[in-house]
Amino acid sequence: MTRPSERKSYISEPLVASAPADATAFARLSTRRLLTLAGIGMILAGMIFGDIFAVFVLHQNAARVGNSLAAAAQSAAAGDAAAVGAHFKSTGEFLENRGTKVDTHVHLIAFGYLALMLALVQLWVRLSERVRRRLAWLLVFGAVLLPVGVFLIHYVGLAYSPLQAIGWASIFADLGGLIVLAAMIGYLVGIVQHFRARQPLQPDKLLGDRSSSSRWLLAGGLLLILAGFVHGAYYAGADLYRHEAEDYTILSQMSAAAAAQNQAQINQSLADYGQLQGDKAVKIAAHAHIIEFGLLAMLLAFFQPYVRLSEAWKLRWAMVLLCGSLLLPVCVLMEMKFGLLAGGIADIGGLLVILALLAMWIGILRYTGSVDAMPPGAALEEQRR
Amino acid sequence: MSARRILLFGGIALAILGMSYGLWYAVFAEHQALDGIGHSLTSGFQAAAERNAAAGENSLLQYRQAKYAYDRQVDVHGHWIGLAMLLIVLAIAFDHVGFSEKFKLLLAWTLLLGAALFPLGVLMQTWNHGALPRAVAVLGSALVMAALTGIVLGFLRRQDA
Repeated sequence: MTRPSERKSYISEPLVASAPADATAFARLSTRRLLTLAGIGMILAGMIFGDIFAVFVLHQNAARVGNSLAAAAQSAAAGDAAAVGAHFKSTGEFLENRGTKVDTHVHLIAFGYLALMLALVQLWVRLSERVRRRLAWLLVFGAVLLPVGVFLIHYVGLAYSPLQAIGWASIFADLGGLIVLAAMIGYLVGIVQHFRARQPLQPDKLLGDRSSSSRWLLAGGLLLILAGFVHGAYYAGADLYRHEAEDYTILSQMSAAAAAQNQAQINQSLADYGQLQGDKAVKIAAHAHIIEFGLLAMLLAFFQPYVRLSEAWKLRWAMVLLCGSLLLPVCVLMEMKFGLLAGGIADIGGLLVILALLAMWIGILRYTGSVDAMPPGAALEEQRR
Repeated sequence: MSARRILLFGGIALAILGMSYGLWYAVFAEHQALDGIGHSLTSGFQAAAERNAAAGENSLLQYRQAKYAYDRQVDVHGHWIGLAMLLIVLAIAFDHVGFSEKFKLLLAWTLLLGAALFPLGVLMQTWNHGALPRAVAVLGSALVMAALTGIVLGFLRRQDA
């Protein structure tokens, strides 16, 4: 409910909200807020999914992949070519299981970012509110369809599929991608029309916000991204080609050892291969997460006027988000040295980001419509369009 | 064209390019690439089981090449879209950069060029293993980092002003 003091400050602003706060104290869902809520919701869902995946699936799956690779090498040493094929088939299934879950996590979050960005550029989209809202729903539909389809690929397989290599889940996932692409093109057309019309922009309160939480998120986010780029460049220069060469060398040694029935060398190669995969995974995960969190922080900086919390709490949640965003990738990098301890702290980092995001999402849900407010003329013009 | 417009149009165009590439790749290439990786790895170890060292080595070389291409093709999709999102966010925040319009234009073009070239260089590595694709990727990433450093300095300058 709106407190009396808040209602007073709302009334003192001579603006007509696109959707008045009135008795319910909740604004009608504008395209911008729809995209904002859906975007943060998708990011939250993607992160929670990622956490569940990391805790309950990732390590167990990695162990299964390792075991089936070991079994394949042992079968090769025993001269049983048919068993080798069977073990690699299960390795492929485990890898597909892992790959589709990583893709689900990544795509949900990426589409969340996309929705947030499109929410920000809404003032530059010269289309009617109705068309913009339809495009937003289309985008949300496609953005949910793709990860759900990808998630199901492992379970549905090729059942009843009309194609040889692609199953129904994959077809629906691709359709989701196509729908997102269509919505994006629709918004692009609107933006082109806006710039062609050369109309002056209405002042946008979201973009003009200079609150402490906003400035911290913007500066912190950009620094996280820069750190991620520097780390990525270092990884590409120092580790990428070495990792690729070692991947081939170790497998080659394993295969040669199996042919020579050298059990000690097979075991050594298996241990080396596990170590290599772990080293690769943590470095890539740290690089991807620090950049993604940086981008998220920068995006959220713009939505702070929508977050209906006190300034002090907004700043606290911004700090929690930035701390978690730094903690997770740094501890992920340390996992190879410190094992589960670092992994546990990394998970806490992820939890901090999720909590901060959830707090901001609730703050946006409580928003009353004051920032969406338009001058009376503009509101009438919008209705006419 | 203003710096903001360069970043905004460039970002959306890169996002569409990255998504179209991802869609094409998922439909026409990814399954075949994964099958190729799995098949060559299996053949390598089956050859070991049959004590055929030459065939095993040949299959593992095929595995290496297929994996090399697959990793880069996936990276191109991810990096084009990731950089596109960064460009769009920076377009929105570009008012906060405290430099002259001329310098902001230079930063925007540098960032856009880097964001387009870096994944392109990575993609070119799947066609040609020579030095040129690697140089294009390094140049692209250097341009992105230089522009980002400039933008951070611009933000700091704005805060000081």
